Amino acid sequence: MSETTKIVALHGGLLVLLVTLQFLLPAYHHGNLARIMVLASFAIGYNVMFGYTGLLSLGHALFFAAGMYGMGLAVQYAGAGPVVALLAGLAVSVVVALVVGLLALRTAGVGFMIVTLMFAQAGYLTILYFTTWTRGDEGLVLQQAQRTIGSLDLSQPGPRYFAALLLFAICFLVTLWMVRAPFGKVLIAIRENEERARMLGYDVFRYKLAAVVISGTLCGLSGAAYGLLFGYVGATFASVQYSIFPLLWVLLGGAGTVIGPLVGTLFMFYLIDLSSSVTSAYMLVAGVVLVLLTLFAPQGLVGELRARVWRWLP
Amino acid sequence: MSLLSTRGLSRSFSGLRAVHEVDFALPEGEIRALIGPNGAGKTTFVSLLCGRIPPSSGQVIFDGQDISALPAHRRIALGMAYTFQITSVFSRLSVYENVALAARRRVAGRAAVDRAVMRALEQAGLHDRPDQAAGDLSYGHQRLLEIAMGLAQAPRLLILDEPTQGLADSEVAAFKALIRELKATTTILLIEHNMSVVMETADRVTVLNFGEILAEGTPQQIHANAEVQAAYLGTG
Amino acid sequence: MDFGPYLLLASLEGAVTAAVLALTAVGLSLVFGVMRVVNVAHGEFFMLGAVLAWWIASHIGGDPALGFIAALILAPLAVGALAALADMTILRRVNYDPERTIVATIGILYILQQVTLMTYGPEARPVEPPFNSRLALPWFEWGETGLQMYFPWGLSTTSYKLFVIAAAAAVLMGVWALMARTRIGLLMRATQLDRDMALAFGIPVERVYAMVFGLGGALAALGAVLIVPIQQAHYLMGGDPLLLSFIVVIIGGLGSLPGTVVAAILIGLSDGIISVFFSPTLAKILATLLVALVLVFRPEGLFGMKTR
Repeated sequence: MSETTKIVALHGGLLVLLVTLQFLLPAYHHGNLARIMVLASFAIGYNVMFGYTGLLSLGHALFFAAGMYGMGLAVQYAGAGPVVALLAGLAVSVVVALVVGLLALRTAGVGFMIVTLMFAQAGYLTILYFTTWTRGDEGLVLQQAQRTIGSLDLSQPGPRYFAALLLFAICFLVTLWMVRAPFGKVLIAIRENEERARMLGYDVFRYKLAAVVISGTLCGLSGAAYGLLFGYVGATFASVQYSIFPLLWVLLGGAGTVIGPLVGTLFMFYLIDLSSSVTSAYMLVAGVVLVLLTLFAPQGLVGELRARVWRWLP
Repeated sequence: MSLLSTRGLSRSFSGLRAVHEVDFALPEGEIRALIGPNGAGKTTFVSLLCGRIPPSSGQVIFDGQDISALPAHRRIALGMAYTFQITSVFSRLSVYENVALAARRRVAGRAAVDRAVMRALEQAGLHDRPDQAAGDLSYGHQRLLEIAMGLAQAPRLLILDEPTQGLADSEVAAFKALIRELKATTTILLIEHNMSVVMETADRVTVLNFGEILAEGTPQQIHANAEVQAAYLGTG
Repeated sequence: MDFGPYLLLASLEGAVTAAVLALTAVGLSLVFGVMRVVNVAHGEFFMLGAVLAWWIASHIGGDPALGFIAALILAPLAVGALAALADMTILRRVNYDPERTIVATIGILYILQQVTLMTYGPEARPVEPPFNSRLALPWFEWGETGLQMYFPWGLSTTSYKLFVIAAAAAVLMGVWALMARTRIGLLMRATQLDRDMALAFGIPVERVYAMVFGLGGALAALGAVLIVPIQQAHYLMGGDPLLLSFIVVIIGGLGSLPGTVVAAILIGLSDGIISVFFSPTLAKILATLLVALVLVFRPEGLFGMKTR
């Protein structure tokens, strides 16, 4: 089999599997998987910057929340339908990503991490400050009627799973195509050696800005979809924790791999799900996993798999 | 006419003059070697030429155009290429992809890129291993990959920063042959420590010492120059 | 209360914040300066200091002063030892790579915080101050009979708050003396200047790192022990000091101790005064944006010196 055939078989097979699981899973796991696919889309967006371009952001909750609140506020105060609201969320996240990118990309390394962290913190506090409209920590609850496209009721498990899968497939295929295209190779080149990429004649700043905008857009789209599918828009999703989560998922699954974000999100979701039935200190698991990963498997699960067995994994 | 020239080009780092008031001219089609003791400012000088660092003062003129204010990637687009002194390849990409990244700045379309890549790999003698990860290559092969990337850019001016450092004797011989072959199409500026490479390939030699041009001439003239010998022996 | 006395009161409250903040931020700055790593778990060392102070004080009983003094000595020591241990077992093994260190310290943050939640619980608990007499403050005003002195209602502080300010100042002097006057300080400064050179000269860089990381944690814990009789110990209390320390360290110029102290006083005082006039949330929004923009446009800090 040629490399391309293998890649198509693996990634296509994964999508087919997700379609069939729709009919096989018991209700509880069916609901979980819908949530995981939306969160994995968030992680995929994060991976575009962290895994492929080498830009470690500590502020991606900002993009997720930008999409979520762009959508939620449009529904709540402009009476927008789901599709229009989704587009509103998308537009807000594009603008936020562009502004953050233009400013934060003037720094690098640790400076970049702190600047993104601070912007996200400012975003979170802004949501709290305008409590009158955002309802702060309490959040906005979207009614069933506000979440229906024609006869498709997104609050029902079936359509919700389908919509989550659609979102995931879009993000998944966009990155798969991107990292195999020349554009993606330039991003990887910047990750590997920024100075060398510049001296080959690439305008590194513009490529990095493009990566930030693509990443922010995918994350914003996921945030908007999350609010729409699960009917809730809250300030928690803008907090530091939601900037750490995508980093954790991507690190666990394997940074710079297309399937890594899904694998990482899936594992972490069930780890936290299992441990929160035992203790309220379920974030302990996240902490332990982060430390163990940095110590023993910096490449993550899929990354280690690629290093040892499937060298062709994109 | 000069393809590349500088006027009063200077750069200092916190008071230390790394390059000072250099007037330099490189005619089209020439192979020029740039030599000088360690710390003479050679790498700083070529970094100023291709825009890796901004000058404190002075001008760089390429093909009749003042490029002093252009960022590095714009200068590369005008037809410069620079290969690093410390090997810096994209270690987790394949050899092919490393060279393709260089080629795509010049040619478009998969078939054209493929031709350009394979040609550059063949010239550098790496055509038998396009799929290997660049990070897995031996040191010598990584240096050759650097050169292949420079070739794939098909530049008008190729700046090579110590290309033969760490190469085996047979590889150095192949490198000399490659440089002579390129002479027909490319102007070359070569920072080099290996005197046999300088003597056999360069048309002219520029000697840099303490950030200033100490001497310039044919390899034979430079070889006989007492001042140059003194600089190298450290008694100048 | 009139504006003048009100401002004085706000400045006094701000001075207490500034004192504790200076200790915490100097700890963070020291770690960044010498080791070139960012410790995201710094706020949790602060929290541990407060929680341990409660634990020690409640186990000793008797005169509150006794428990407090024991906490003042033991809590920073314990936290410092824990921080040094974290350095030796985790940070050293990732070779102090800047990005991996940040990820690892995020992990440490959650581990410390959640273990505290599991053992200490979600309650907020106070520590009794060793002494706490109310001191009314005088105010001077030009009246009909010239300069008058009177005691406006509500203008007061406590002896404990003054003690916090004095203690923090003393500790900071101690840290300065340690860095400038002792052999250990010399080793730290040499390591900060050039790690490889320090190694070449036979300085035990690994031990210096463990010591600096421990000292950083201990300073945060000390700040927390001082503040816990005024605030309360809670497992989530590490967030704000971390954020504020970041702000202070960045504005003061990364790794510069005098800059850090100046910035801490400035931020602490203005935090007290600004929140009198604006909502605290708005003040925080402005502060975080300020930090981001300082890093973008003046990465050497507002008070830092240009290195080039």
